[in-house]
Order: sequence, then C-alpha cells, then structure tokens
Amino acid sequence: MNVIEASGLGKRYGSTWALRECTLAIPAGHVAALVGPNGAGKTTLLNLAVGLAAPTAGSVTVLGGRPAGSPAALDGIAFVAQDAPLYKNLSAADMLHLTRNLNRRFDQRYAQARLGELGVPLKQKAGQLSGGQQAQLALTLALARRPRLLVLDEPMAMLDPLARHDFMATVMAAVAGDGVSVVLSSHVLAELERVADYLILLSRGSVQVAGEVDDLLACHRVLTGPAAEAARCAERLCVVHARRGGAQAHLLVRTNGTTDPVPSRWEAHPVSLEELTLAYLREPGAAALPGPARAGDAKPAEVN
Amino acid sequence: MTTLTVPAQPGQDEGLRPVPWRAMAWVTWRQHRLALFGVAALFGVAAVYLLIAGLQMRHAYAAVAACRPAGSAICRQVAGNFLGTYAPGVGYALGLLQVIPALIGAFAGAPVLARELETGTFRYAWTQGFGRARWTVAKLAPLAVAVAVTAGAFSVLVSWYINPIFGAGDNNGPLYPTIFDLRGVALAAWTLAAFAIGALAGILIRRVIPAMFATFAVWAGLAFATGWFLRRHYEAPLITTSPNVPHPAWMISQSWTRGGQPASLSMINQTLRPVDVQAVTPGLFQPGPATPANLGDPVQYLIQHGYTLLTTYQPDSRFWPFQWIEGSWLLALSLLLIAATVWLVRRRAA
Repeated sequence: MNVIEASGLGKRYGSTWALRECTLAIPAGHVAALVGPNGAGKTTLLNLAVGLAAPTAGSVTVLGGRPAGSPAALDGIAFVAQDAPLYKNLSAADMLHLTRNLNRRFDQRYAQARLGELGVPLKQKAGQLSGGQQAQLALTLALARRPRLLVLDEPMAMLDPLARHDFMATVMAAVAGDGVSVVLSSHVLAELERVADYLILLSRGSVQVAGEVDDLLACHRVLTGPAAEAARCAERLCVVHARRGGAQAHLLVRTNGTTDPVPSRWEAHPVSLEELTLAYLREPGAAALPGPARAGDAKPAEVN
Repeated sequence: MTTLTVPAQPGQDEGLRPVPWRAMAWVTWRQHRLALFGVAALFGVAAVYLLIAGLQMRHAYAAVAACRPAGSAICRQVAGNFLGTYAPGVGYALGLLQVIPALIGAFAGAPVLARELETGTFRYAWTQGFGRARWTVAKLAPLAVAVAVTAGAFSVLVSWYINPIFGAGDNNGPLYPTIFDLRGVALAAWTLAAFAIGALAGILIRRVIPAMFATFAVWAGLAFATGWFLRRHYEAPLITTSPNVPHPAWMISQSWTRGGQPASLSMINQTLRPVDVQAVTPGLFQPGPATPANLGDPVQYLIQHGYTLLTTYQPDSRFWPFQWIEGSWLLALSLLLIAATVWLVRRRAA
C-alpha cells in the first residue's frame, strides 16, 4: 500500500506553479522525509495530500487509493500543520475533548497519559503553553486519533533542539508502537538522518529524488582524488555534484548498486544522508530519480 | 516491498460510519458560547430597557385609554399630549434597535469562519474526521437558528412596547420603515440574514475585523434599499385623491395635479401667494406673517382653487402580508448565503 500516491500532480496559485508534474508513491511503513529548499512545494504537496487544497492538475490519493480529503481519507490521516495551530483560548483538556468529538476514534487514555508524561498541564489554555508544549499537544491530538498515516508539516521549525528531540521521540515511539506511517517535511537535515528511512527531495515544484534511504546511500558514494583528473574521471561516471578543495576533488557519484572499480589514485567513501541531500539541493539541474524507481509507475505492483 | 505491520483495525473501512452530528453540538457550543452569551446580553439589555420604558409608557397611556367619550376633542388632546411626550423617545429607541441584526451578523456571524482562517486553525478543524463541509453546517445551522429564535422572541417584546403608541393614534403606523423591521417575523429574518452575510463575508475575506465591517456595510445597504425602495413595491400602493388619507397608513408620496397635469411646487406657491403661505413639500405648508387667521387648511384652499391632492400609500392592513413577503425572501436569501458559504468551504483551497 502507498500512503501517498500522486500522479501528474500540480497546484497553481495565481500564475505561479507551487507544484507541478509531481508523480510519486510513498510506500507504507516508513518515516518519509520530504525535503527541499523554501518554496519547493513541500507544504503545497502536504496540503494536497490531506485535502486542504485541491489540485490544479493531476490527482493524489492516500492510504491505498482513497481520494485526498474524502471522509475515508480524513479518517485515517492525522495532520499537524506548520506552527501546530490550536485554539489558543481552549485548554489542553478542551482540545482533547474537541478532537475526540470530531473523530471516530480517539484514544483518550493515551492522550492523557502522554501529556502527563510530558508535563503539559491539562487545565492550561493552549495559547499559554510553551512552543514545545504546543507542538507536543498538537502531535498528541494527532496520534490519539490512531491514524494510519501521520503527516507533519515543518514540525520542528519553531522548536529548540531539546524540544525537537522530545517531539521526534514521541513520533518514533508511535512508529514503534503501532506502526503508523509518517510523512514529514523539514529542512532540519541533521534531525532527519536519525529518523527518516525514506527520502523525497522536492526542488522547484517537482520531485528530484525519491527512495529508501538505505538504497539511496548504497548507490551513492564520494570519490576523492586529484583535481586535475576530475574531468576525465567524471566522463565515465554519473556525477551528481563536484566539489574542489585545493588539489583534491570530491565527486558525489551515483552508481547502479554495482561496485564499480575505483580509479587508481582515487578513494571512495560512503555518503551520509545530509551530504547526499545537500549535493542534490545544490544541483537542482542534476535531476535524476535514483534508487528504486518508484516515481513514474503510477500503479506499483505492490498496491493492495 | 518491505511493509511494517500496521496493526489490524478490523472493520475500519467497511461501512465507514461518519462521526455523528451530535458530536459537533458540544464543539459548536464550546467554541461559540461566548458569542451566544454576547447575543443574549445584547438582547437582554435591550429587553430590560424596553420593559422599563414600556411599563412607564403604559402607566401614562392608561389615561389615554380611559378617556371617554373616545374620539372627542378632549380625548384627541390627551392622546396628542401622550404622543408628544413619548413618541420622540420611542423613535430614538427604535432607531437604536435597528442595528441589532448588524451587530449579531458582525460579532456572531463573521468570526465563525474568518477566525479559523485568520489564525490558521482551519488546518486543524478541516482535517479532522468529521469533514469540513459537515463541520461548517454543524456550526452555522445551530447558531443561525439560535440568533433567529432569540430575535423572534425579542420582537414580541417590541410589539408590546410599541402598542400604546399605535393605540394613541400615531401617524406612522406599523408599516413605517423603522418599526416594520422590528416586529412580526421581520426582526428574526433580518437577524438571520445578517448572520448569513457575516458567515459568507468570513470565508470570502478571511480576516475577522474586515469581515465584520463588510457585514455591517452589506447589511446597511440591504436594509436601506429594502426600507426605502423595495418594500413599498411588495404590493401596488393605493392612490387616493381624498385629502383625508386613511389613518394611520404608510404614506409613500403626495403630489398635486391641476386639470389632469402634475402641478409643481412653484405653481402651488403661485396660487398660495395671495394668502402668504409657502409649500415646503406637497403636504407641508409654512404660513407667513400676512396669512389670514381664518385661512384654515391650505390643502382645502388649494382644492377650492382646482387642485387635486394625490396620495400614494400602503394601508396598515397589509402589515402581515408584507411581513410574510419580507420574511420569505430574507429566509431564502439566508439559506442561499449559508449554502454558498458551505460550498466555498468545500472547494476553497488552503
């Protein structure tokens, strides 16, 4: 099952395309990170997936073919929007009551226990909670709905490092606990490395990279060698990004999973997720869809 | 593909029952009880004033009602004194009450959607399992009914309050613009319409304060156009050439003719010059210093000189038909505006 599946998806605001020709399939059971520079269309893609926005072109379905925004889709998705919007004048307890009344399922016991552990006072008005507590409250409300897909839009943007850590710990506990799939957008790359096992890189409104993190890391590596040989070396390889430091050149290359022989006088290093992401972000023109070519086949065989 | 086990949630997809409507009742109450208290307070304050002023007025009116023989010159004098004392105050009170629907539209109607959009909480509300179109209906419908019913109850009190003024033979009658829309079904209908205007302004403008002002402006335009232009055409007005217009009635216009031709004010003034009277309007005359004391009514003078007074009016017997006409179209308009609001919520992109 794919938790989000988009085909030729496009969204135009006025004369600007916020997202165009976006075709991707995010399989279930992952913590998928949606990364990209500001204005790449991350929020737009998530809004389309949760049904807050309607596509200008193409289509998007969730949870194995449910139209985005349909009652069946809303039932299985919990969304925490950017800056965790809450009713500022309602207490945390009221927010629980509200969310319980607005959904078919709501795990009141989980929500209360979770907020208790986090030390979020139930009687306090949401507007008077700290930024971290507000984010935790919004996340707890979402998880207590027992969703099959949790969608988080820039959940860490407003949080300090400690609150970020706590926030992601709550997410990861839910992933471990009941196998919820997660799609989160972020530009905090360092945080993603620890949690994400699926990466979608959006650039200028379209998908540049999509695939499982392990696969992506396995088929990329950094070659370091004399700068003078870089051009000759690059001819035979698929170079994503080249960087020169003095006499040394660093080439981030994509392999086909097979271990090509390393040219003599060159050294190969494995690549980190952050390096890989940065390389692609720096080379929006080097657009390629490496790794398992999920994107492109609108109906993967695994759809159940 | 590697799939982590998603815990089985039996029966989740089969016959997906929507979240019941009654679950929203608490939500609507919790989030809008302050607005509802505000509506109640507004009507409460106005009701207390009407009750106190109405009781005082009734006390004074007892003398008018007890006057015998009814219709005699002395009784007309008593009634005239009563009106002279109380009618101006009643006029101001009715003028102030006019804005009640607008206040409700602006303070209770406009924020329902505008606040969600302004603060971003619509991203929370519209992604819950309840569904955003149903959420909108479940908020707007009970609030609309609540404000309309409260306004309807209040208009009964207005009728009680105004009765002595009618009893004493007030000139304006129940069709007069500033009293017509506070009685019968009209106040409830106007309040409902103002609320619906507010809701629609909220989704269109997406900011609370501008939406409130827009609500006020649209309501004012609609109320003004209805009171001064539209309402008089609900039924063709009656025209009489008798100078004794049925009383009280809603006078729409008066004009003079002579020999079948319309007579201008300057023509009338020409005729009235020998007795030194100025016609300010076709029905209002200003005597000068040289006016003979025994002239009597200038209207009679003009009729004797070959003029005919044409009076266009709506008789008071049309009060209820007019109430139903106005109530019906305002109800239809309100339903249309609320339907448009729900439709916009459904399709509006974030």
